[in-house]
Amino acid sequence: MSASPEPATAPLLELRGMTRSFPGVLANDQVDLSIAPGEIHALLGENGAGKSTLVKMIYGILKPDAGEILWKGEVTEIPSPAFARDLGIAMVFQHFSLFDSLTVFENIILGMDAGEDSARLRRDIAEISARYGLPLDPDRHVYTLSVGERQRIEIIRCLLLKPALLVMDEPTSVLTPQEVDQLFETLRQLADEGMSILYISHKLAEIKALCSHATILRGGRVVDSVAVDQETPATLAAKMMGAALAAEPEPGERVPGETRLALENLTLDAADEFGIPLRNISLQVRGGEILGIAGVAGNGQDELLKAISGETRATPGAVRIDGNDCGHLGPNDRRMLGLATIPEERLGHGAVPGIDLTGNGLLTAFRRLKLATRGFIHWGASGRFADSVVERFRVKASGNRAPADSLSGGNLQKFIVGREICQDPELLVVSQPTWGVDAGAARTIHDALRALAARGTAVLVISQDLDELMRISHRIAAICAGSVSATYRVGDVSAEQIGLLMAGTAELDGVEAVHAA
Amino acid sequence: METLLPTLLTIITAATPLLYAALGEMVTEKSGVLNLGVEGMMLVGAVVAFAAMHATGSASVAILAGLLAGAALSSIFAVLVLGFQSSQVATGLALTIFGIGLSALLGQGLVGVAYNGLPKLPIPFLSEIPFLGPLLFDHDILVYGSFVAVPLVAWFLARTRPGLVLRAVGNSHDAAHAIGYPVLRIRFLAILFGGAMAGIAGAYLSLAYSPLWIENMSAGRGWIALALVVFATWRPWRVLAGAYLFGGITILQLHAQAIGVGVPPQVMSMLPYVATIVVLVLISRDQNKIKLNAPGCIGKPFHPTA
Amino acid sequence: MLLKLIRRPSPSRAMVWLSPLIALALTLLSGVILFAFMGVDPAGALYAFFVEPLTSRYGWGELAVKATPLVLIAVALSIGFRAGVWNIGAEGQLILGAICGGGIALLFHDIEGFWILPLMILCGIAGGMAWAAIPAFLRTRFNANEILVSLMLTYVAGLFLSYLVHGPWRDTDGFNFPESRVFNASATLPTILSGTRLHLGAVMALAVVVAGWVLIARTLIGFQVKVIGEAPAAGRYAGFSVRRVIWFSLLLGGGAAGLAGLIEVAGPIGQLQPSISPGYGFTAIIVAFVGRLHPLGVLFAGLLMALSYLGGESAQITLNLPLAVTGVFQGMLLFFLLACDVLIHYRIRPASASAVKPS
Repeated sequence: MSASPEPATAPLLELRGMTRSFPGVLANDQVDLSIAPGEIHALLGENGAGKSTLVKMIYGILKPDAGEILWKGEVTEIPSPAFARDLGIAMVFQHFSLFDSLTVFENIILGMDAGEDSARLRRDIAEISARYGLPLDPDRHVYTLSVGERQRIEIIRCLLLKPALLVMDEPTSVLTPQEVDQLFETLRQLADEGMSILYISHKLAEIKALCSHATILRGGRVVDSVAVDQETPATLAAKMMGAALAAEPEPGERVPGETRLALENLTLDAADEFGIPLRNISLQVRGGEILGIAGVAGNGQDELLKAISGETRATPGAVRIDGNDCGHLGPNDRRMLGLATIPEERLGHGAVPGIDLTGNGLLTAFRRLKLATRGFIHWGASGRFADSVVERFRVKASGNRAPADSLSGGNLQKFIVGREICQDPELLVVSQPTWGVDAGAARTIHDALRALAARGTAVLVISQDLDELMRISHRIAAICAGSVSATYRVGDVSAEQIGLLMAGTAELDGVEAVHAA
Repeated sequence: METLLPTLLTIITAATPLLYAALGEMVTEKSGVLNLGVEGMMLVGAVVAFAAMHATGSASVAILAGLLAGAALSSIFAVLVLGFQSSQVATGLALTIFGIGLSALLGQGLVGVAYNGLPKLPIPFLSEIPFLGPLLFDHDILVYGSFVAVPLVAWFLARTRPGLVLRAVGNSHDAAHAIGYPVLRIRFLAILFGGAMAGIAGAYLSLAYSPLWIENMSAGRGWIALALVVFATWRPWRVLAGAYLFGGITILQLHAQAIGVGVPPQVMSMLPYVATIVVLVLISRDQNKIKLNAPGCIGKPFHPTA
Repeated sequence: MLLKLIRRPSPSRAMVWLSPLIALALTLLSGVILFAFMGVDPAGALYAFFVEPLTSRYGWGELAVKATPLVLIAVALSIGFRAGVWNIGAEGQLILGAICGGGIALLFHDIEGFWILPLMILCGIAGGMAWAAIPAFLRTRFNANEILVSLMLTYVAGLFLSYLVHGPWRDTDGFNFPESRVFNASATLPTILSGTRLHLGAVMALAVVVAGWVLIARTLIGFQVKVIGEAPAAGRYAGFSVRRVIWFSLLLGGGAAGLAGLIEVAGPIGQLQPSISPGYGFTAIIVAFVGRLHPLGVLFAGLLMALSYLGGESAQITLNLPLAVTGVFQGMLLFFLLACDVLIHYRIRPASASAVKPS
């Protein structure tokens, strides 16, 4: 680990009074931050705290409304990403800026300045790959790579620029715990060689393990700037979340119920080259329990959800709800059997962007709640249903005529989760329930899922946030390359063991698998 | 054998306008923009080129005028689609409807005027090679241009950095923007190129293919060019193959009409359109192939402040 | 760039209605400039275009006659466009409607009967639907682009009609003109306003406007169409079938276009000719957009476009202006509309002004 910077060293980057607003939101308010050479500095904050806005200003994607950036002690304006790169700032994005129909090599060369000699570049790539443990085949097309491999492209692309500052925006949300360890090795090695790293995260354990200093953002403001070794995860959490949120409760005792969902050897071909085939998935979910399925993004989560929801049909016997074979049934017939589903993508899948909340309520409830009969819609009843969801889940919206895309991510997710829960499902399948939503909304959603299970509903949660699953599930399994591992009691396994499952291990040695609750 | 050469030569003339228009549209689409206005741009290119020919008598001025007219029309589309975030499909349709009207208006005084066609420029020695000489080396400037355009576009897209950037912008405008490429400027240029090529295609129709001006003389070639881009799965050499295939079909039906195969002429004239549908179906059946080759962002609007 | 677009928090309802009016104003302004360039007195030209056609009872009747096919087709097309199904081959479907419906008139030419006209209407609708079923089938079965297929079929339909009136259906007593026999009285739409050519078809168009409105505002299929158009994945999640919506949209558009074609040949034209439409199927696309894809808007837009046809004819007669001016006007109107529509979702600000103040 790199040592704490001596006070005498001039900071590499210093931000003073950075302010930026968007219509209706003050995303950054007078933010100060300072990074010394060779320092791994954490930018800590919940979703929605303003971390991404700040780094976009550092990288020249957004212009600040006010404030100044000092680079190596000099006031500098950063008008574009190209300018940032020239200064020596490189950035690994949370949502990768990769071109999936191009090759790895083409992706890398696009990040370099024009006139780069391609033979030399190939040598450089090979060298960096070897030196930092980042193996990659430059001639493969990106769409054939795993998410972890894609991140390697981004990192190599950055390292080729020999930057003085590497900015990493939530880099571990797409990695298994083992891959995280490997990444940290690489980052420490870079810091030892003198590179500064700005590490953006809301995961406290990672920051404890990796960073020396942390700047903590809440609601767009800096609440504190601390030396990490003076803090405990608890004190960091308190600063990050404020007093507003109490700790989440342990998952309650479950009431063992009937098997609601049974998948048996569910196997499905991929829809296209970009999709993942599902292979021999078998699992059961019982009433009253929450089963978590961990996994790195892009391992078949979406396909699994669609196979359960009925958006893709399955072979006979592969999907049973309450014992009814429903592989051939469409989404609405399955909903009538008591199923509710919540897809990962909010806008465009879970909700229609340009349609109002009334319409979006109607979207999945029209049959179960009889909001449309004989082909005609009852708008009055639909509006009242949307109102009831808004009220019960405290959705911030200007009323039921507000279009879905006018809501913030957290509020829209609350509306979608609420829409499904208000239909009293006996089985709920939800993918990435709190992905990218603010802390308050995440808490509301977790509480709602717990309450639903306590009422006897079977809940299946698919998530790439392992912490989340460890907090809310009774049992846990992992999905990798379209296969689901054996299932374990949450108390019986460690995060590292689940990491092995996420990396493709089918069963753990020495831990008893629990196939039904 | 003695009918083979003239047949092949007429196929070349029938294929040339399709080749220009499709190649231009392919580049536009590669940048992630679908411009359905090809038919309109071709017609305006045709009438402006013909009018310039009529006014100046210079073939090069006429071709240049057609090129600029196509590019000018495409710039309206570019401003609407890129600047005003309008729907690409609707705007492209508007461009075609506007282009049909505008070309008819501009061509008012030109109906009935005839002219000799573009001069042949035989290449010394090479054009005297039996068979191959007249086939490949005794054409007008635009046919030579089309011979060169295909490898040039192929080389540009596959081998040059601007070509790579163009493909990248079409694959993911968000990623390109994040790295710092000027997405809108690149798309603007790609649209202009598509318009210029459609303008040349139109110029070829009114200067060489049938050297006169008739309203709606492109007769759906702009649309066939759009289909050719899909047929070619966005690859330049396959655009060439497709254009010659359709040139062949056009000539086939003309020959069949001429020798009188006992089928009504209208039914024979349907052939290119029906063939377009058949080809489109054959290629679209394999959705995987389309998905792998189609530019990822095609048809999607891009607003850069996000 | 001098101007900057700033996204509105939610779409402006006022702009939804204002933008077509702004577009119309800009089109008229451009028209003035265009006429000035052509050396025509702009005031006179605008008068000839937009006022003179409506100075007589006959003129108003003609307005409705021209608006009828436009509104009929555009109401149906706008429902398809909402679904993102781009049927731009309505012109071909119109021709097939005319052929199939007109075929009945020719088949029973020597028979009088109250049932002939209804049968023609049914066959006209069926003909348009059948033609639209081809792109629907190829799109849902083979994923072939419906824009290109429906458009190619328009050329095929035109050639087919040409073949019929030059060949088997040519009137043997018609001095060798490529035309069918003139339909008899039972195969002709009755006129409903004396002194004009206004016929029963106009009433049908109004009925279609009302039906379209109910469909969009009240029915589940209307809702499905909107959902699939905005977000197909959300539609599948809701359990709506994309295939069904594609079929529905195309058959609806084809049926309406077929009806419009039959109305043309059984109404104002009264026989089959090589050309039975001045591009109503294409102009209806503009009508649909200018009418905001809403039946009521389509009604107004249809009347406006009908006026541009009449104006084109009147300007040709009185000012010797080319008929093509109409097409230029129509295209310009759509361009301006598409540009103005940016105001629904965005505000325009000078680029130097900074972002909106925080709330």
